[in-house]
Amino acid sequence: MEQTQKQYHVHYSPAKGWARVDFGELWRYKDLIWLFVKRDFTVMYKQTVLGPAWVLINPILSAAMYTVMFGVIAGLSTDGVPQTLFYLAGSALWGFFAACINKISATFTSNSAIFSKVYFPRLAMPISTMLSALINFLLQFVMFFLMLLYYVARDQVHPNWAMMPLTVLLLAQVGLLGLGCGIIVSSLTTRYRDLMVVVTFGVQLWMYGTPVVYPLSMVQGMSRVLYLAMLLNPMTAPMESFRYIFFGSGQVNVMMWGISLLWTVALLALGLSLFSKVEKTFVDTV
Amino acid sequence: MQQHNDIMIRVRNVKKRYKLGQIGGGTLRGDLQSWWARKRGKEDPNTLIGTDQRLIGTTFMALNGLNFDVYKGEAVGIIGSNGAGKSTLLKLLTHVTAPTEGDIDLYGRVASMLEVGTGFHPEMTGRENVYLNGAILGMTRAEIDAKMDEIIEFSEVGDFIDTPVKRYSSGMYVKLAFSVAAHLDSEIMIMDEVLAVGDMKFQKKCLTKMRQAARRDGKTVLYVSHNMATIRDLCDRCIVLDQGKIVFDGNVDEGIARYLATKSQDSDCVDYSSYKRDNWYNRDNLRLQEVRMLSSRQGVLERREPVVLRYVIKARQPAESVGIRLEIRDEVGNPLAAACVYDLELSAGTTSFTVRYDLSVLAPGKHGSYFTVFTLGEGGAHTVEDWVPGMTFKIVDTLLENETEWNTVAWGPIQLPNAVLTEKMENHDD
Repeated sequence: MEQTQKQYHVHYSPAKGWARVDFGELWRYKDLIWLFVKRDFTVMYKQTVLGPAWVLINPILSAAMYTVMFGVIAGLSTDGVPQTLFYLAGSALWGFFAACINKISATFTSNSAIFSKVYFPRLAMPISTMLSALINFLLQFVMFFLMLLYYVARDQVHPNWAMMPLTVLLLAQVGLLGLGCGIIVSSLTTRYRDLMVVVTFGVQLWMYGTPVVYPLSMVQGMSRVLYLAMLLNPMTAPMESFRYIFFGSGQVNVMMWGISLLWTVALLALGLSLFSKVEKTFVDTV
Repeated sequence: MQQHNDIMIRVRNVKKRYKLGQIGGGTLRGDLQSWWARKRGKEDPNTLIGTDQRLIGTTFMALNGLNFDVYKGEAVGIIGSNGAGKSTLLKLLTHVTAPTEGDIDLYGRVASMLEVGTGFHPEMTGRENVYLNGAILGMTRAEIDAKMDEIIEFSEVGDFIDTPVKRYSSGMYVKLAFSVAAHLDSEIMIMDEVLAVGDMKFQKKCLTKMRQAARRDGKTVLYVSHNMATIRDLCDRCIVLDQGKIVFDGNVDEGIARYLATKSQDSDCVDYSSYKRDNWYNRDNLRLQEVRMLSSRQGVLERREPVVLRYVIKARQPAESVGIRLEIRDEVGNPLAAACVYDLELSAGTTSFTVRYDLSVLAPGKHGSYFTVFTLGEGGAHTVEDWVPGMTFKIVDTLLENETEWNTVAWGPIQLPNAVLTEKMENHDD
């Protein structure tokens, strides 16, 4: 007796091979993704004394610290860009990327209670985490932009105004790269809890291997091996492009972007298939 | 079982296997350590002390080849003792985890109520939580908007809907949470004992809502419960699980009888030394090993005779202020009465206690029982140490002259001592 296909029909079978992601289903749960983002904000706003102000205080403090450590003490070059502005841009953009990885990597471990009780596309969690981080970044960006205007008025920086719309693509790429790395780590942490500790440390190391607190041009003059290593780093291109757009400094070329995009696609694809494989049965092992 | 042509759930040869011994979620360091130990032929340093080495790597079939169909408008109760596979089955049906083998087809949207209030956040208001919880359960924002008034009305939360739920009483909290789940637009409802929330009045309302969903709206309901009364009330078909297999599928009353027969032993002695406790028993100091009914013959008790039970309890560490509660249930599992013995002292090792009870208030009939071992704290608070299902027994009464036969159905299962005449006054009309 074969049934006529009804409006909703789902079929569950054992987890085998490489899983595919059901993007249609994910789209149906778009309201949920948005509500998770909203929840993150509501909770952040209600639980801390300064509320959303922390979003702005964080990069300011890091930028101040970098200015003292790398600008004043170490005397690293900033390609002629005012130090405060240079470090603020670096810490905000890197902060966005780092938040994606750090927070997404805890997806399975911190949501095991809810995951073991009800089904929804698990990807909704990391995506909403990424969007929360993006919104945080946008708030920081507004602050950064106001500061930029101040320096532009004093004729100290010369942004490429025409390129500015490209920032949207740049952010999308950083977000997707962060998402890809985050879900890979989160899938692995279901098996190995101690990876969590490594992640925070690893992300920090990665930052020093990326032109965040120094420009790429500085490395170029120092060592060829180091420079090539930087070119292979998928975060180099977005970092340098961001500066190219807003400061008119920094160096970007097609090859750098090609490498960065390849990394992003590869890591995201690996992450998605790992994640979809783990999400099917992870409840049994947590 | 109407409309046999409208299939909603099809389960074919579904199996679910769990690994025993070392369960995942370990650490990279631990894994490397175990690997190194195995390589040198030493004992794995990461297994729990006392774990049977033979069990490591072996597997356990939580579900072992289930086949059944559920049709539109059916309300199916799923019963079985602890570890029979009920929760695993629900987890598979609600897509929380995937089967190891077999296929599951669902022809409709599923409202899963394995837990009420999943994702509720204490800092958010009732309304915000309704949106979030509804979305988690699969509703879109528009659907929730359309049902919002109905949900608020059903939950009886009223004006508190815009208050953060951390200010709610626990009753309000579950009522609101249940209301969201109950208003899901779905063809299949899967519930795990969520009706055991709130006060009696609200429970009744929930049951009515569920019954309405099945009978009037033609929804398909799958309900798991330990409460036979609600199963009987709500369901028109019953599936009994035992050790991962379906042992019965059909009429509710027959199913319940079948389940109760497998559950409690109709004998005078129960051995608990290898009985598997639910995983919520964190305290493992005191464990009942054996209970023997000394005064009965094959589970039959004389109503007027004292009942004598002998408990054997194993203690890992000395304990004092320990008590044992005998809880009497009726045939379907509703609690009837209980009797405690207090002030027991245990030294490490096994101790046996013989306790005498007066159960003469229980009316003749079949009864079930549970045993609870607890320690008494200050101010009458007590901590449950162990809780196990006991034996069923039958109370028979030798009918005395000048007394009626007790009618349990009409008068209840408690037969209080006969009333005593205190005065008689005759008034003769002259």
